[in-house]
Amino acid sequence: MNLSDESFILKLKIAVLKALKGSDGDGYYDMIIEPNKTASAFLIELIRYRELFFFLAWRDILARYKQTVLGIAWSVLRPFCAMLVFTVIFGRLAKFPSEGVPYPVLVFSAMLPWQYFSNALQESSGSIISRSAMITKVYFPRIIMPASTVIVSAVDFLISFALLAFLMLWYGFLPSGYIFFMPMFFLLATISAAGIGFWISALVVKYRDFHHIVPFMVQFGLYVSPVGFSSSVIPERWRLLYSLNPMVGVIDGFRWCIQGEGSPLYLPGLAASVVMSAALFWSGAKFFRRTERFFADFI
Amino acid sequence: MSNTVIKVEGLGKKYNLTKKNTLAYVSLRDSLTMYAKRVGEKIAHPFAARPSSAPASKNEFWALRDVNFSVAQGEKLGVIGHNGAGKSTLLKVLSRITEPTTGRVSIKGRVSSLLEVGTGFHYELSGRENIFLNGAILGMRRAEIKRNFDAIVEFSGVEQFLDMPIKYYSSGMTVRLAFAVAAFLNTEILIVDEVLAVGDAEFQKKCIGKMDEVNHKEGRTVLFVSHNMSAVASFCGRGLLLEQGSVSSVGDISSIVARYAGGGGESGSSASFPPGFHGDDEAELIEVNIKKESGQRAIDFAITEPIRISIKYRVKQENASLTPGIFLTNSTGERVLLSKDAPFDGDGTKKTSRGVYLASCVIPGNFLNDGMYAIGLEMTTMTQAVSHFYVPNALSFMVLDNMENTPTRGLYRGPFQGVVRPLLKWDSEKIS
Repeated sequence: MNLSDESFILKLKIAVLKALKGSDGDGYYDMIIEPNKTASAFLIELIRYRELFFFLAWRDILARYKQTVLGIAWSVLRPFCAMLVFTVIFGRLAKFPSEGVPYPVLVFSAMLPWQYFSNALQESSGSIISRSAMITKVYFPRIIMPASTVIVSAVDFLISFALLAFLMLWYGFLPSGYIFFMPMFFLLATISAAGIGFWISALVVKYRDFHHIVPFMVQFGLYVSPVGFSSSVIPERWRLLYSLNPMVGVIDGFRWCIQGEGSPLYLPGLAASVVMSAALFWSGAKFFRRTERFFADFI
Repeated sequence: MSNTVIKVEGLGKKYNLTKKNTLAYVSLRDSLTMYAKRVGEKIAHPFAARPSSAPASKNEFWALRDVNFSVAQGEKLGVIGHNGAGKSTLLKVLSRITEPTTGRVSIKGRVSSLLEVGTGFHYELSGRENIFLNGAILGMRRAEIKRNFDAIVEFSGVEQFLDMPIKYYSSGMTVRLAFAVAAFLNTEILIVDEVLAVGDAEFQKKCIGKMDEVNHKEGRTVLFVSHNMSAVASFCGRGLLLEQGSVSSVGDISSIVARYAGGGGESGSSASFPPGFHGDDEAELIEVNIKKESGQRAIDFAITEPIRISIKYRVKQENASLTPGIFLTNSTGERVLLSKDAPFDGDGTKKTSRGVYLASCVIPGNFLNDGMYAIGLEMTTMTQAVSHFYVPNALSFMVLDNMENTPTRGLYRGPFQGVVRPLLKWDSEKIS
């Protein structure tokens, strides 16, 4: 099966449309534009526009650090500086427990997914209004916009991940074998960020207020997520509730991947985080799909 | 018709205007307060039929209403209409940017729409990168762009600057690059908005040529919207005239253009204005009309015919010093001429008494080039640089070249360049 074959997609589309509409006397039409149409071939549409998805991500990555002196180093510098601040304030001055792990590694392994999540959230939330010119001039499945900006943040994440590897090397710290589970937690962070991103990017089109909520959410989230501390400091009876913040599952997961048994996974909490982010993603995508047809009228 | 590729049935698009008559976005607070108010009222008057704060201030505006037409495969349809007639909305619905409120559009084949040149261009990226990006945004596949890449670059004529960020390009170069990408779209249906208006005349011709070439070769269907009547007339075979959101007529392009230009026949050859509409306490415009030399009112003129433009105006003060003037603008927006009735008697002013006046002037035959012209009117007091009225688009007329017995043209049959086409006196003699 060759997906890049246009005729295959067309055939598939014909099959789907025939099944849904039947063919009328005028022969078959590729596309019917009607009010309140639930795009039956949404997934096919997504496959067709997959190249645009990558092109948009590629454009943002390319354009991001053009005309900057430090260029790509920015994506390393930002989490590095934050890590430095946390290490000095919490590790050295406040002397938080670090569970036998070099404190910078402890902080950085939480800082990475948090930075990824907050970047992805910020970028995707503003993705529709910041590209209003495209929305009003050309058609494509709008969900590509918030989704492709998440990819851009993912590239940043991968770059700063190299910094984490370097830190571990520096401290002579060997991560646990659970490190191979890390992609799963990365996926969890992606899903939560995209889910909230879908919600907010769609809401911002009509209510600009949400544009101001995002920085607040990101700032607030940093303190309620276990970035500067370990979530084991949360009292046992509150822990499940605390884990409804999807980033708790992600950050705990990252720690577990790196420290292994030194930072055991709290499974009910992980389950809560997974359910929460899946719910956010599903409802966000649904809400986005329901409202996207009004974007061009409101933006 | 089995070869119908676009079928539009009962299409309508409604916009809800807010109190301020704009489509401004709502703030969450407004929505919440409105909601809270309704809930509050429901609690206070649980049996009221409807909350009293029901959106009485909401205004509905139908940008399109019951639009029906169909386009056959390979047809080139020109969509024309005045500003606000619904052209852009129609194109947006057809390109799926916005959803219709009523009706249905059935389309056979892949559609690409070009409502703007260079959509998604990123100014920090190079020309090369932008070709790929813009192509993808317009719906081209990567392989397709790669295959046409050299041809696109050649067509755009920006080879030397290909690896330079396009922010250093001149606006002309940017437009050429953008259009070059679009010219290589190979979908069955192409929807083009007023995009050609931005390029220079030479490039416009090249683009239309390219589109024509593609159309003939592949039987592509094109929907073309433009204010440039000569471009529409030369490119399209059939026309669709939109008026206030509805189709007012469909047919042969030249008849549609003529109808657009004049609202049909003689009726566009004059315009009258109610008191106080254009003017101040010294002078006001009453009427303007255009006639042939025979005195017959008209909006279509052969290129050889003189055109008489008459302005009727009222002078409201004694001893006013007034100078009426006309100016012509062609379809590309260029000011062709300005002419004033300015007899300089003595001190350079002409005193007039109260009353109604008729000023007229004649634009000679064999002077304007063919095309569409808008007549603008103005009334000034030249000594004080005061303008009493200024009407840039009072009437419009067409100058037609039927290619036969056109002395300026001779036997040449191609497009005739120039803002004007005067019949000049030539002297040729043998000198050695």
